Amino acid sequence: MFIVKYIKDVWNAVRSLLKGMRRTGYYFTHHKEIITQQYPDNKDTLHLPERFKGEVVMLHDENNEHLCTGCTACELACPNATIKIITKFDITPDGKKKKAIDKFVYHLELCTMCNLCIIACPTDAIKMAQTFEHSVFDRSELTKILNKPGSKIKEGVE
Amino acid sequence: MWSFSGISNSIHEWLSQTFNPTLTIIIEMVIAGVAVIGLFAGLGLVLVIMERKVSAWMQIRLGPNRVGPKGMFQSLADTLKLLVKEGLTPTGADKLLFNLAPFIAMIVAMLLMAPIAFAKDFQLWDLNIGVLYVSAISSMMVISILMAGWASNNKYSLMGAMRSGAQIVSYELSAGLSVLSIVVLTGSLRVSDIIQSQADGWWIFKGHIPAVIAFVTFIIAVTAETNRAPFDLAEAESELTAGFHTEYSGMKFALFFLAEYVNVFIVCAIGATLFLGGWMPFHIGHWAGFNHVMDYIPSSLWFFGKTFFLIFVIMWFRWTFPRLRIDQLLNLEWKYLLPISMVNLLLVTAMAILKWHF
Repeated sequence: MFIVKYIKDVWNAVRSLLKGMRRTGYYFTHHKEIITQQYPDNKDTLHLPERFKGEVVMLHDENNEHLCTGCTACELACPNATIKIITKFDITPDGKKKKAIDKFVYHLELCTMCNLCIIACPTDAIKMAQTFEHSVFDRSELTKILNKPGSKIKEGVE
Repeated sequence: MWSFSGISNSIHEWLSQTFNPTLTIIIEMVIAGVAVIGLFAGLGLVLVIMERKVSAWMQIRLGPNRVGPKGMFQSLADTLKLLVKEGLTPTGADKLLFNLAPFIAMIVAMLLMAPIAFAKDFQLWDLNIGVLYVSAISSMMVISILMAGWASNNKYSLMGAMRSGAQIVSYELSAGLSVLSIVVLTGSLRVSDIIQSQADGWWIFKGHIPAVIAFVTFIIAVTAETNRAPFDLAEAESELTAGFHTEYSGMKFALFFLAEYVNVFIVCAIGATLFLGGWMPFHIGHWAGFNHVMDYIPSSLWFFGKTFFLIFVIMWFRWTFPRLRIDQLLNLEWKYLLPISMVNLLLVTAMAILKWHF
């Protein structure tokens, strides 16, 4: 029985190795499978995968309204303190005070694009953008305020 | 069939008429040496770009594509870079051995060029123990690696060198046994005799299944002997940074690099000579017409075609298989390859005695 196992081992090894070689041989002969992006040359036709994570942005609609309630779930989810939310209190028409965001501060220089803040957000106010050309001459330019000036929270989002 | 002997004979005659015999021999040796060095340089350039392109295409990448048409001059640019880099010798290293090791690696590779028949009647030295000579010299490769590892005074280097020693010593066995199986079939160690015996068909076809098994074991063993992936434990960049050449830089590193590629070429040339008929065209038994057509393809093209095919196969291995661990490596040799090639040698011997081959 030992000899049967021995031969079976050799046979299985050879078969799995040949399987791997068939795959690489297929890639070697099929050049249209090549996934390399020749970046600066194809700037206009650049195709990024759907799940590419470039930076965190906040979505605004045409009325300059966003979905962020200032709940700080993203700030708590962030593993390296990239997000800092500064809140303020708005006075609603019926005289009540309501918590809202003043500034959504995002430190791009600290961000590792881990996507945890986007998962944590209960209202889907932020998402990952596909931009990736982030180089700047001054480090302070990397600290961004994500909510646009004058923007306010959309009606009905709690 | 056209052969190179006409040109070489006329050069020899002209030299012996002009100079005395000693000087003639010296001049001929210099010509041969220059030719070998030229071949080395050419091989280095071609094989490096070939390796990079093959690896890129197998990994769905583009590979070098900026220098020259389709990146074909990339290896020239690399060589230029290595030439102008500083060849540093570490303070704690053994200066003499450290600087000697890359040259030993090159000298071994150069010595191995001697018995290889590049085309019909185009061979530096057709000695009567050609195959034995090759196996004897190729095992000296380990000396340069051990020397480099020891002289570097570096733990990574020493570890890589020791691994390489264990690996080369064990894989010599199965490489030797599979070479022996062809020697048994041919009945001669002389390279030209081995090639001549394949005039009516290559050994891989004439020798039935045992020859195929011997061929496969030979390819696996020489891949291990030349320290290439999946057997590149001597370098193992993820474990040992660069193994025995961790401390080398500039042209001394380039010599190791070049020696590796030249060794790959040599073992593939030996494999092509033993199993695929060397420069012998593809002949089928007694089909005179077919054989005649095949004879029109120059013999050097046959040789280089077969050799580069085998080089491609070894590169294919490298970019497909994951690296073995040291115990797996030795298991593979001592528990699988060695018994298989021993039984195989027995089969081949029986076949040769009973005249079962064509």
